[in-house]
Amino acid sequence: MTAFLTLIIVLFIAVAIWQMVKIFDLAQVGSSNSQVATDKDNKLNGYLMMGFLAFIYIITILSFWYLGDLPLMSNSASEHGPGLDNLMIISMVIIFIVQTFTQFLLHYFAYKYRGEKGKQALFYADNNTLEAIWTFIPVIVLAGLIIYGLFTWTSIMNVDESKDPLVVELYAQQFNWKARYGGEDNTLGMANVRLIDIDRANILGLDESDPNAQDDVITTELHLPVGRPVLFKMRSQDVLHSAYMPHFRAQMNCVPGMITQFGFTPTVTTAEMRQNPDIIDKVANINAIRLENKEEIEAKGQELTYEFDYLLLCNKICGKSHYNMQMKIIVETQEEYDAWMAEQKTFKNSLVK
Amino acid sequence: MSAHADTHAHDDHGHHHHKETFVTKYIFSQDHKMIAKQYLITGTIMGVIGVLMSIMFRMQIAWPEQPNVLFEALLGKWAPEGVMDADIYLALVTIHGTIMVFFVLTAGLSGTFSNLLIPLQIGARDMASGFLNMVSYWLFFLSSVIMVISLFVEAGPAAAGWTIYPPLSALPMAQGGSGAGMTLWLVSMAIFIASSLLGSLNYIVTVINLRTKGMSMTRLPLTIWAFFVTAIIGVVSFPVLLSAALLLIMDRSFGTSFFLSDIFIQGEVLHYQGGSPVLFEHLFWFLGHPEVYIVILPAMGLVSEIMASNSRKPIFGYRAMIMSILAIAFLSTIVWGHHMFISGMNPFLGSVFTFTTLLIAIPSAVKAFNWITTIWKGNLQMNPAMLFSIGFVSTFITGGLTGIILGDSALDINVHDTYFVVAHFHLVMGISALYGMFAGIYHWFPKMFGRMLNKNLGYLHFWVTAICAYGVFFPMHFIGMAGLPRRYYTNSNFPLFDDTANANVVITLFAIVGGIFQLVYLWNFFYSIFYGKRTVQNPWKSTTLEWTAPVEHFHGNWEGEIPHVYRWAYDYSKPGHDVDFVPQNVPLKDGEEELQH
Repeated sequence: MTAFLTLIIVLFIAVAIWQMVKIFDLAQVGSSNSQVATDKDNKLNGYLMMGFLAFIYIITILSFWYLGDLPLMSNSASEHGPGLDNLMIISMVIIFIVQTFTQFLLHYFAYKYRGEKGKQALFYADNNTLEAIWTFIPVIVLAGLIIYGLFTWTSIMNVDESKDPLVVELYAQQFNWKARYGGEDNTLGMANVRLIDIDRANILGLDESDPNAQDDVITTELHLPVGRPVLFKMRSQDVLHSAYMPHFRAQMNCVPGMITQFGFTPTVTTAEMRQNPDIIDKVANINAIRLENKEEIEAKGQELTYEFDYLLLCNKICGKSHYNMQMKIIVETQEEYDAWMAEQKTFKNSLVK
Repeated sequence: MSAHADTHAHDDHGHHHHKETFVTKYIFSQDHKMIAKQYLITGTIMGVIGVLMSIMFRMQIAWPEQPNVLFEALLGKWAPEGVMDADIYLALVTIHGTIMVFFVLTAGLSGTFSNLLIPLQIGARDMASGFLNMVSYWLFFLSSVIMVISLFVEAGPAAAGWTIYPPLSALPMAQGGSGAGMTLWLVSMAIFIASSLLGSLNYIVTVINLRTKGMSMTRLPLTIWAFFVTAIIGVVSFPVLLSAALLLIMDRSFGTSFFLSDIFIQGEVLHYQGGSPVLFEHLFWFLGHPEVYIVILPAMGLVSEIMASNSRKPIFGYRAMIMSILAIAFLSTIVWGHHMFISGMNPFLGSVFTFTTLLIAIPSAVKAFNWITTIWKGNLQMNPAMLFSIGFVSTFITGGLTGIILGDSALDINVHDTYFVVAHFHLVMGISALYGMFAGIYHWFPKMFGRMLNKNLGYLHFWVTAICAYGVFFPMHFIGMAGLPRRYYTNSNFPLFDDTANANVVITLFAIVGGIFQLVYLWNFFYSIFYGKRTVQNPWKSTTLEWTAPVEHFHGNWEGEIPHVYRWAYDYSKPGHDVDFVPQNVPLKDGEEELQH
């Protein structure tokens, strides 16, 4: 049905263009039109320039109105998140001011100085003071942003190992994720894809002779205790993937043949986040949309009602099912985490003997 | 910077009356003007393919997995019962990117206007080597043909994204498109690079050696400066992509391990050991980033020229414009790492690349303010070319500003590879460069074909395109900031993103309307080639040398002696003259001073 409607719209537009072309064509016949802009053209397009300025402002306002509950600028769930969001908001404000101002100048000048016969343009070729002004203002603003950005970046990327972070491996393959915990010793056993033995259920290629590997725990859900630093070690067995955890302002590529890392401290449990008023609104909105599309969603076998969960998404093109490579993240209290961990099988016990 | 640059240029061989056959005139032509037209038309055809692809995958994003007549008609077996397959979705995204970046905005834009304008604006009879120029075009044609053929390969065309990161692009078992489709992609690109290098070398040599008497470097129009610097960037960076492509071919076909290591796929371990995909990313982006400047600098040059001419004012800050082109060119080669902040490279490198990247905002800001000052107190002639130039500055600002976020490694963590990036680069180098190209076509069409484009259709084309471009890419920033990753076949597996679905429909509708209205342009273009109004020699009353050449084309450009140059290219509305433009070949009056620029 949608396709049919699309086609009809396409056809209508095509017909409309055809008609317009014919009208323009007829209008030109017999006129001594040189196809160079006349005063009338200058005037019309000058006014349209102001109209277009209004259009830019309106689309900005509409975008903020309908799409402005930017989840990536508020309600972060990691310790470094608020600092990063702050930088984002500062950058956005600067962008917003410069955009509003320069677009105004550009379009207003285009309107104000539209050509008229007999008018003389100002011969004005150079002004070093002006050039200096618009060199140094960006320099100062950018210096501030660069310094703030670099401090933020360094503090995010430098993992403080003295705080005894929980070490978790994120393991990517076409098209799913696994998590591996270090177990009691919080140390990941050695692993290499050459050691993968599907028959024995050694799916991540752990070194069976490594004592550190014995108590490793492999899961398909990522559970994290709130408030404890986590150090992720990323691996991929086949192609590039990217571990994207938007709520935690965290992302790192998973590269075959090397181990990459990213660390953060989750600060808000899943249960707490579900009680956050912004998230309640967002979820309610999503559920209203889902209710409208009830049939389609149920036909796909998805649950109709959406409940908030943190997610790990793949964010580097990795093949056919890239669009469906996700893992649920659950942030919980230490007790809940311990209870969950106690239910998991260690590597040693999960092997097929 | 000598004022008498070249003696060869004003020898007296203007009359080339030897007979030309159809083949030497229209096909294997060595005349730069014909080659420019060949580039333009080939680029246009590739552009139609690229845009059509984007409309198809936008439809899939808006109405995921719904049957669509268009898919059924165009995709054949890739759209069983009209539903687009996930593999072909990725292929469409990949080939759209490749075609638009390389075949349209590199060859179609730079190839067309460098060829057309360099000899005409510097006062040369042709390129330094007409033969190499011809070879350059035909290599480009060959690479286009191979790229189009790759669409019809059994297992599908290349589908690893236009950045073709291995291992995905290296392993046929990782993805259907990484078989014969990727081989053809690599072959096509290798030939494309050869074409681009021949062209660039020719441009550089021509600009350095063949300037007419009096055409010092500081009298060159900004178009020529832009083409010249673009060609230098191309010569510096394209060979690196060629080497990356060759190494990837070795990995794919000859068992080497440059980019591959420790891979377990489809139940077996592969032999590759010791390579690194990150190395490929470095090699790719060492071209890939300069490439966006290869795309945008020529557009900047065209826009500077058109804005000055249509404002009836000198370009503001000629010298600052040249300095900023040079600064951008230099910086463009040391910022590639900002595509790789989260690739797993050392975070310290991320700091360095953040610093160098944000510096580019400075020359960019200088250029934007200079354009705005150029139209200040002008007498703006709102020709379609002028509208597209103003549109260029508008989208360049809107798109460029978000670069402050993406270039900042800390902020990039969160928006990397989301639709925020897609919105950013489409506005700042996609749409902007396309506007630059359209501006150039509307402005120099009379020079190319001796006829005028219909201006009313041009207005219609501009305004609808302008609205649709913002309609498509402005809201896209917001769905990016909602965390929506790019290159997802459908978002319906993530209820989290359900509230972006309506925005995606709106974006697609804008894309469809914008795409359809390009037909207005195409019709105008092809109709006017044959039936457009005949032009006068200098329809826009411009100062540059190409308008001193006769409307009729012949090999050699000027009958008789090549004009000499006595002034810079921007004497518009100069006090003390009766007309509001003084062409470069008009000697200074008694007591008139050339501006110290």
